[in-house]
Amino acid sequence: MSTLFHLAFASAWNRRTTLILMMTSIALSVMLLLGVEQLRTQARDSFSQSISGTDLVAGSRTSPVQLMLYAVFHLGEATHNFRWPGFQAIQSHPSVAWAIPVSLGDSHRGFTVIGTTPDYFRHFRYGERQPLAFATGQSFTDLFEAVVGADVANRLHYQAGDSMTLSHGTGGPGVVEHAGKPFRITGILKRTGLAVDRSVLVSLESMEAIHLDWQGGAPLPGLSIPAEYVRKFDLAPKEITAALIGLKSRAAVFQMQRFINQYPSEPLLAVMPGVALNQLWSIVSVVENVLLAISVLVVVISLCGLVASVLAGLGERRRELAILRSVGAGPGTILSLLAIEGFLIVVAGSLLGLAGLGILGAVAAPLLQTHLGISRVSWELSAEAWQLLLMVMATGLLVSLIPGYRAWRMSLADGLIPRL
Amino acid sequence: MSQFAIDIHNLLFQWPGKDGFRLSIPRFCVERGERIFLQGASGSGKSTLLGLLGGVLVAQQGRLNVLDTDLTQLSSGARDRFRVDYIGLLFQQFNLVPYLSLRENVLLPCRFSKRRKQRALESARSLEQSASLLLETLGLDNSLMHKPVTTLSVGQQQRVAAARALIGHPELIIADEPTSALDADRQAGFLELLLQRCQDDNVTLIFVSHDPRLASAFSRSINLGSLCDSALQPSEASA
Repeated sequence: MSTLFHLAFASAWNRRTTLILMMTSIALSVMLLLGVEQLRTQARDSFSQSISGTDLVAGSRTSPVQLMLYAVFHLGEATHNFRWPGFQAIQSHPSVAWAIPVSLGDSHRGFTVIGTTPDYFRHFRYGERQPLAFATGQSFTDLFEAVVGADVANRLHYQAGDSMTLSHGTGGPGVVEHAGKPFRITGILKRTGLAVDRSVLVSLESMEAIHLDWQGGAPLPGLSIPAEYVRKFDLAPKEITAALIGLKSRAAVFQMQRFINQYPSEPLLAVMPGVALNQLWSIVSVVENVLLAISVLVVVISLCGLVASVLAGLGERRRELAILRSVGAGPGTILSLLAIEGFLIVVAGSLLGLAGLGILGAVAAPLLQTHLGISRVSWELSAEAWQLLLMVMATGLLVSLIPGYRAWRMSLADGLIPRL
Repeated sequence: MSQFAIDIHNLLFQWPGKDGFRLSIPRFCVERGERIFLQGASGSGKSTLLGLLGGVLVAQQGRLNVLDTDLTQLSSGARDRFRVDYIGLLFQQFNLVPYLSLRENVLLPCRFSKRRKQRALESARSLEQSASLLLETLGLDNSLMHKPVTTLSVGQQQRVAAARALIGHPELIIADEPTSALDADRQAGFLELLLQRCQDDNVTLIFVSHDPRLASAFSRSINLGSLCDSALQPSEASA
């Protein structure tokens, strides 16, 4: 066996230029494959961990996927809002443990503003049922107080105590500022990797207050209510965008869902987040799967290249193989020799790719964090990635049998005297 | 142990296919320690006979005893082992594995055969020393030891190949036109060295060549055509 490895290694070393190129191509393709798989797994993980402990998400009737998009990911806009009495009816239902209102529509320098209640910090859970935590400060308690997510604070250099103004609408040119009513930041949330990192959270009453002198999405001309007078008005919320609901017992989930879907005063929709997330992921995952398919193809191409180059070299090695036959190497030994060579290149290439990915990860992690906000980048390979790596190596062994088989046939036909 | 190194009886081999070349040898014996010159024109079945003796081909009929072992009865793996354990093979040219060092080329049979390795160690302290001694007696000096084999001249390469055939004292050496790539002077020199080594080690030598001028140096000269059963030989024989 050691003779075989020694011969395979010496022979490979003799043709090292070609083989190093082959190895590099395998390393790069493995790097791409594992990199894509890694990002894919992490995207899926952070996606599925974006909400937990919430039994139902409710909103005005629309598609479940769309409801999830704006209620959980704060993406897009609701076509209809959902009136406050409806929310109150849900909140006071005997099966409901807690209900968090979510009101969207305003923004702050490109970040989403969410109108909610302090219950958000108390009941919202993500990942393995982790609550939101404050890096500094605490929840808003009064009008014109705001809590900002980690990315907002980081990007805009905010600290607790700073003041900020909100804008109407979700950004873009020509946004109108709620300039007369500045907010004070009372707390900054710890990084979660979720949409809330890029959000500003205020109370529902504050949302009402900044829109008192507005009508139909624009400030009323000639009417401006200064901040100090808004308390004289009725600031009870009139409508919200969505609600996150926790039940006393999970067993009541279908009954509660029916209650909301059949709510008589307005058309509402309740979805179970797990189900809707799966639906949503199936849409997003098409892109991911295409990416994965492309990188699998790249691996296949580089393995084909390996087989082609080993096969091409076989003609030149005909004499050499006949010599080995003459000193007692059986056809099986010849097959092993070629297969070992190919397999060693695939293994070395794969390990090189793995190392390359590690180095790239170490270099790129800070960049990803500052520029893309991907915070929890882990370069520890997932079980699937290891499986892929093992599959590449196993495929490498299989395809290496092709030149091995050719050499075997050739050495049987040639015997001791190669036909050249 | 019989007196014969090779004992062939009613041997028949036919290549596959309808017009496959056919080799039939009714009787052929070589005594142990004999040095035989086997002359044969190309197409006379030299390669086929070498393949049969080397155990890479198996006869369909008859008996082929090499050193008292009937090769027709062995499995292919056993024939591969037998070949390296008992036979040293030497070819026309390009006898060396280009990516192995000179010493590793010589020691190749010892890597595949325990028997050859043990026998090589009987007369030397280490395999390396055994290779060096052998190369020295074949007139290759030690300074060449670490050169890549591809930089050697054809004559030097053939001596390295001869050393490989001789290492570990195999009982039988089969040489297939080992001198054909050498010029006349070197041919004679190489042949003399090879014969001397075989005589010293009491090795049986089958030396195959088409060149009758070399025959005089051998104890017996045989024409392959005369061995074969001409009645069975197809007139358009070619292989």
